[in-house]
Amino acid sequence: MSGFLSLPMAELSIWLALPIALLLVIGGLITFIGALGLLRLPNFYQRIHGPAVFITVGTGCFLIASMLYFSGTLERPVVHELLITAFVLLTAPVVSMMIMRAAVYRDLRARRKASDDQTDAYQFPEDE
Amino acid sequence: MRRWLPTPLISLSLLGLWLMLNQTLHPAHLLLGAVIAIAIPLLVAPLRPTPVRVSRPLTVIRLTISSLIEILRSCFNVCTLILFRSRGLNTQFIRIPLDLRDPHGLAVLACIINSTPGTVWVEIIPGTNDLALHVFDLHDANWWVNMIKTKLEQPLIEIFEQEKA
Repeated sequence: MSGFLSLPMAELSIWLALPIALLLVIGGLITFIGALGLLRLPNFYQRIHGPAVFITVGTGCFLIASMLYFSGTLERPVVHELLITAFVLLTAPVVSMMIMRAAVYRDLRARRKASDDQTDAYQFPEDE
Repeated sequence: MRRWLPTPLISLSLLGLWLMLNQTLHPAHLLLGAVIAIAIPLLVAPLRPTPVRVSRPLTVIRLTISSLIEILRSCFNVCTLILFRSRGLNTQFIRIPLDLRDPHGLAVLACIINSTPGTVWVEIIPGTNDLALHVFDLHDANWWVNMIKTKLEQPLIEIFEQEKA
C-alpha cells in the first residue's frame, strides 16, 4: 500500500507531466476510436481491424507514458514496460491471425455447401 | 562455448528478460539470470525444429524503424477511416507471391503485418507460396504487393536467408 499509490503527483516537473498527459490522451483517443470501429463497422472482416489500432499504438502510448511517469517519480530508469511491449507484439498478431483464419474457413465451408465450385483466394462479404 | 551456449542470442535475451523482470543489476540476479540463460536453451533445444541464424544487425534496426513508422502511419489512416467513412470501405483479400521461405522470417513477417493496423495475415495458401492478406481499405493492390515485397520481405530475406541474399 505504501508503494506507488502514495506517491505525490506534484513532484513531477511540468516538462515530464506534459508529455505523459499528452501520451495518455492520445492513447485514450486511439483506444476509443478502435472500440468505435469494433462497434460500428458493418461486417466481421472489417471489425477485426478496429482493435488492431489500439493493440499496437494505444498500448504503446500507455506504456511509454508509464515508463516516463515511473522513471520520473522513482528517479531511476524504469524500463520493464518494454517487456509488456515485447509480449504484446508477440501474442496479439497470433490471436488476430487465428481469429481471421477461423472466419475464413467458416465462410469457405459455408460457400462449399452452397455451390461446388473451387473457391479461389476468397472474396466474401456481401452478407452481414 | 558452442556446447554451453548454442544460441547466444536467445541466452542474451533471457538474461535481459530476467534482469528486467527483477528490475535490478545486482550480482546475485546476474548469476541467477546467467544460470537461466544457459539452462533454458539447453532444455528446450529438442523442441526447436530448425536453428535460427540472424545476421545483419543494421538491417534489423532499419526494418524495426521503418515498420514502426509504417505502424504509426497506418494507425492514423485506419483511425480517420473509422471516424469519417466507415461505410463504403473497399475491404479486400489480396494475394501476394512471397519469395521468403524461412519459417522464422515468415513468422516475423506475420507479426509485423498483423501489428500494422489495416492489414491482417490470413494464411499462406496451401500448395502455393502466395500469402493471402486482408486489407482494410484497398486502393491499389499493386501498391501493397510492392510495399510488402520491398519494405518488409527484402530485409527479412537479408536477415534470415543469408545464402539467398
